[in-house]
Amino acid sequence: MDEAAVTDTTAALPSLRRLPRAALLGALAAFLGLVFLLALGIGAMPIPAREVMRVLLGFATDSQAEAIILGLRLPRATLAVLVGGGLGISGAALQGLFRNPLADPGLIGISGGAALGAVSIIVLGHLLIAVLPIAADQHLLPVAAFLGGLAATFATERLAHHRGITATGILLLAGIAINAMAGAVMGVLIYSSDDAQLREITFWTMGSLAKGGWSGVTLSAPFVIFAVLMLMRCAAPLNAMLLGEREAHNLGVSVERLKRIVMIAAALAVGASVAVSGIIAFVGVVVPHLVRMAAGPDHRIVLPGSALLGAALLLIADCGARVIVAPAEMPIGLVTSLIGSPFFLWLLLRRKGVGA
Amino acid sequence: MRKFLAVAMLSFFVAGAAGVAAAEAPKRVLSVGVAATETVFALGAGDALVGIDQSSVFPREKTKALPNVGYVRALSAEGLLSLKADVMIAGPEAGPPAALDQAEAAGLHIVRLHEGYTPEEAVARIREIGKALGREAQAESVANTLSDDLATVKMAVAAAKTHPRVLFVLQAGRGAPMAAGAGTAADAMIGLAGGVSAVGQIKGYKPLSPEAAAAAAPNIIVMMKDTVDAIGGENAVYAMPEIAQTPAARERRLVVVDGTYSLSFGPRLAHALRDLAASFHPEAKFPVLPEREWTRLQ
Repeated sequence: MDEAAVTDTTAALPSLRRLPRAALLGALAAFLGLVFLLALGIGAMPIPAREVMRVLLGFATDSQAEAIILGLRLPRATLAVLVGGGLGISGAALQGLFRNPLADPGLIGISGGAALGAVSIIVLGHLLIAVLPIAADQHLLPVAAFLGGLAATFATERLAHHRGITATGILLLAGIAINAMAGAVMGVLIYSSDDAQLREITFWTMGSLAKGGWSGVTLSAPFVIFAVLMLMRCAAPLNAMLLGEREAHNLGVSVERLKRIVMIAAALAVGASVAVSGIIAFVGVVVPHLVRMAAGPDHRIVLPGSALLGAALLLIADCGARVIVAPAEMPIGLVTSLIGSPFFLWLLLRRKGVGA
Repeated sequence: MRKFLAVAMLSFFVAGAAGVAAAEAPKRVLSVGVAATETVFALGAGDALVGIDQSSVFPREKTKALPNVGYVRALSAEGLLSLKADVMIAGPEAGPPAALDQAEAAGLHIVRLHEGYTPEEAVARIREIGKALGREAQAESVANTLSDDLATVKMAVAAAKTHPRVLFVLQAGRGAPMAAGAGTAADAMIGLAGGVSAVGQIKGYKPLSPEAAAAAAPNIIVMMKDTVDAIGGENAVYAMPEIAQTPAARERRLVVVDGTYSLSFGPRLAHALRDLAASFHPEAKFPVLPEREWTRLQ
C-alpha cells in the first residue's frame, strides 16, 4: 500500500533518500530542543549563556535577566512551538485529506473566519462591553477568533455536505466562498473602524507571538494538544486516502468520518493558533512538503514530522523577527511569508518542470 | 550606620512612591514619539538619550545617530529593555500596550503621556516630561514660553476675518485619498489656525470620493510634503479627480506641510500654528514668532 502511495502523490515531488522513521523523528525532536534553547538564549537584550543556564536551573543572580527569560522569552518560545506544531500537522493532514499538496488551513475557511472574529471584537467590542461587562476581558478577542474559525469551517463542511457525503471539490469551493464572505464583512467593519482600531487590525493580520504571553499559552495549549493527538491517530487512514477516496473506502476506511475528524482537529489547532498569534502564513503549506521530501508520503512520519519541524521553523522565524532589526521587531507573519512565498514558487516551478 | 540605612531606605521608598527618582536626573533616557523626543531635546536632555523610535526625526542630525526601537506602534518589550534606560518617555502613540506592560513588568520605568490635541495638553505634556527627567525648571520655562507664543497666535487668529474651509488629505495615489475628519491631529490644527474643517461630519481618517470632495467644497487643501512628492508635485494634486472640482483647485490653494512639524503637538506647536494660520489667511498679518532655542535645533 505504501509503495503505491509513493508513486501516487509524490511523483511530482523531488525525492531525496528516505530516512528511517525513528532516526528522522528523533533528529527533528533533537533539532527542536536545540532551537528552543537558542530561542531562550538570544534576543534584543544580550544575556550571557551562563546567566541563561542559571535562570533556567533556578539560580538566577540577575533579576532582570530572569524577568526577560522567564517572563518574555519562555512563554513566547512555548507559544511558537504550539502554533508552529499545530499549523504544521494541520497542514499535513489537510493536504493528505484533499490529496492536494497545495491545500492549507485557510482553504476550508479557518483563517478567514478567525480573522472575522478578531476584527469584529476589535471594531465592535466596545458596544458589547456596554451590555455585557464581562466582554471587557482581554481574552475575548482570542476566544472570538477561535469561534469564528470553527464556525467558518463548520459552515464550509455543511455546504459541501450532500446526502451524507462531503464532496471534496465542493468543499474547496465552499471554503473559497466562505473566505470571500468573511472578507466582505471584514471590509465593512474595517471601513467603519477608527484610527486606533485600524492599526490594531493591521498588526493583528500580520501576526505576532509577542502579545500572547502565558495566557496565550494556556488558552491555546489544550486545543492544540488535543488536535495533535487526534490527528496522529489518522495516520493509517490518511495513508489509505493517498490511493483515492474509493480505494480507501474499499480498504475499510470510513472516509466521511475521517474527513470530519481531520477538519475538526485542524479547525481546533489552527483556530487556537490564529486566535493567540494572528495570521502566520505558509507554515502549514511548506512544512509538510519539507518532511515529505525527506521521508516520503507515509503519514506516520509526515504528521509528527510536520508538527516537530513546524515548531522548529516557527521558533527560528521568531528568533529572526526578534533579532534582525533589534531593538525593533518585525512581525513574524512577514518573516514566514518572506521565506515561505519564494519557496512556494520554487515548489510550483519544480512541479511544472516534472510535468513538462 | 543605622541612620544612613534609614535615610537610604526612606529615599528608596520615596523614589518608589513617586515613580521617579526625581532628585536625580535619569542618565539614560529612551524616548518614543515625535513630540516626546523633541521635548527631551528642548529641555536640554538630548545627550542622555540612548534610543528613539522611527518617528523621532527632529532634530535630524542628532536623532539619526541614535539606536532606533522601530515603529512607534509596534514596539517590542525586549527591544525597549535592551537599551537599559533609566526612564522611557512614551508618547501617546506608543504601543502596543502589551509590550509596554511587559517591559514595565521586567523593570523598565515608563512615563506614559496622554493623548490630546489641545494647546493646554501640549503644554502639560512638556511639564510632565520635565518632571520625569528631573528638569522641572527647564520644563517650566519652555512651557511658559510656549504658552505665551500660543496666546500670541491665538489673538492673531481671533482677529482674522475669514474662515476658509480646509481639507487635510493624508494619503493619495493608490485608491481614494484619505481625508482627516474629527478627532485627528490635522482637524485640531485646522480649527486652531482659524479654518473650518471641510469634512467635520466624518470621524477619523476616511476615504473621500470625488463627489464627497466636491460637496465638501474646500477652499484650501493641506497635504504633507511626502504625499505631494509621491503624487508628482502640486499640479498633479490639482489634477486629482477628487480635488479638481473643488474651489481649492480653481484658486490653486494647496498648503504643503511637514507632518513632523505641523501635526505633532510638541514644543514647536505655536510656530507650526502660526505658519499654518498665515497660509490660511493671506490677507491678515501674522507676526513672525521669535525663534526659540528648540525651534532652532537642526
